[in-house]
Amino acid sequence: MAVLTRFLGDISFAEEAVQEAFTIALAKWPSNGIPPSPAGWLITTARNKALDRLRREASRSERQHAAQLLNDVEQAEEHDVRDDHLRLIFTCCHPALAPDAQVALTLRLIGGLSTEEIAHAFLLQPATLAQRLSRAKAKIRDANIPYRVPEAAELPARLQAVLAVVYLIFNEGYSTSSGGEVLRTELCDEAIRLGRLLVTLIPQESETLGLLALMLLIDARRDARVAGGDLVLLSEQDRTLWDESKMDEGRALMRVCLTRNRPGIYQLQAAINAVHGDAPSAARTDWQQILELYDQLMSIAPSAVVALNRAVAVAEVHGAAHALQLVDAIDLPKYHLYHAVRADLLRRIGRTADAASAYRLALDNCENKRERDFLIRQCQSLARH
Amino acid sequence: MKQYLLSVCYPAGGSQPPPAALNKIMSDVIALQREMQSADVWVFSGGLHAANSATVLRHQNGDIVLTDGPFIESKEQIGGITIVRVPDLDAALLWAGKLARATTTPIEVRPFMEHPS
Repeated sequence: MAVLTRFLGDISFAEEAVQEAFTIALAKWPSNGIPPSPAGWLITTARNKALDRLRREASRSERQHAAQLLNDVEQAEEHDVRDDHLRLIFTCCHPALAPDAQVALTLRLIGGLSTEEIAHAFLLQPATLAQRLSRAKAKIRDANIPYRVPEAAELPARLQAVLAVVYLIFNEGYSTSSGGEVLRTELCDEAIRLGRLLVTLIPQESETLGLLALMLLIDARRDARVAGGDLVLLSEQDRTLWDESKMDEGRALMRVCLTRNRPGIYQLQAAINAVHGDAPSAARTDWQQILELYDQLMSIAPSAVVALNRAVAVAEVHGAAHALQLVDAIDLPKYHLYHAVRADLLRRIGRTADAASAYRLALDNCENKRERDFLIRQCQSLARH
Repeated sequence: MKQYLLSVCYPAGGSQPPPAALNKIMSDVIALQREMQSADVWVFSGGLHAANSATVLRHQNGDIVLTDGPFIESKEQIGGITIVRVPDLDAALLWAGKLARATTTPIEVRPFMEHPS
């Protein structure tokens, strides 16, 4: 896909050619056997299909030009394929496209998920998602969004956009915003796969490693996060269910980051999750270190959500009353977790009635059924204390 | 090469910046136009009078009917336009960013269709 897009200069055209090649493969491979180089076979077949179509539409001058370029496809070297992949990622995550369009394009063209799979993961009608994709592809074509890796000067900012898209996909999988499930594991898996791809393509950028480490360290807790379909808080989780191999992979990436000493938002969040991962029990968590990491995070990327998470660490180090003062100064009225954190702090200092009304505010702003169930349970348990 | 329209957007009926600020904006915009010309990307630019100076013509039953005022009544107006000729959107966005800094207003970037020739 990525190779053909470069030569054709048109994503939709390349997509159609690749689809045709897959259709032929499905018809031929079962009887003729799989060719020695399946990827090469697909590229060559897609190229021939594209050439056929160019001959049919020979009046279109720009595509005639592309036909010449197509002859070079076969000469594409391994490192060219790698570069093409990277170009396509930067095109899909171009900041001139709306974030939801960036996510959909990345999952479709880089992740290779079907329109139906993406629509299902985001609880959208397939037709709505198909429209979103075709609108995005039309904009890439009409506005001539370039198909290239940004120059060194723009790379850090543009890479941030790519990392943000991948982390958005992961978060939608890990903290599903609506519907009846806690997790949508297919999105977590896909985001981690994309994260691995970015690490192979751009290993020199520490934040790329940081993002993969962060996703692995969080995803390692996946099985402990749900019990009988219900959400389980980090402090209540059965730590024997944590996936040590994912944790180890995340820790190894973090060690590489530490030697480079160029901290960023993903590396710091990964470090925070690594501290949780190292704690043998919730009670033995090194909250002092977590608080220091949040202080660093606040200094390079201050935001209300980071301030809220920092307040949770403050509650463990300096007490709930102190944390409540910080939380009351944060303005996040629409964020259900803001009210949930506040409710928990109020409960801990004995202001039960205030805690109950905070839980109700949290419920008013939460659309995920499992999270709602959790909040209702928390609220009901207030009455028993 | 592709042409892009950079439109200067500003709220209709908003107050003008004070004279000193306006002078700075004008000189920045003129300097940017010179920069565009020496980079060989500049096609055209010009400021527009307020939208209530506009006249709309309609072809109706063989006649041309005139109405006073703009075609679209909107909270935002186009205060001026610049056309640049550059290789791709990233290059257009680079110039649009400079224009946003110079005018201190939002800039809309819109691609022209290719010439049929």
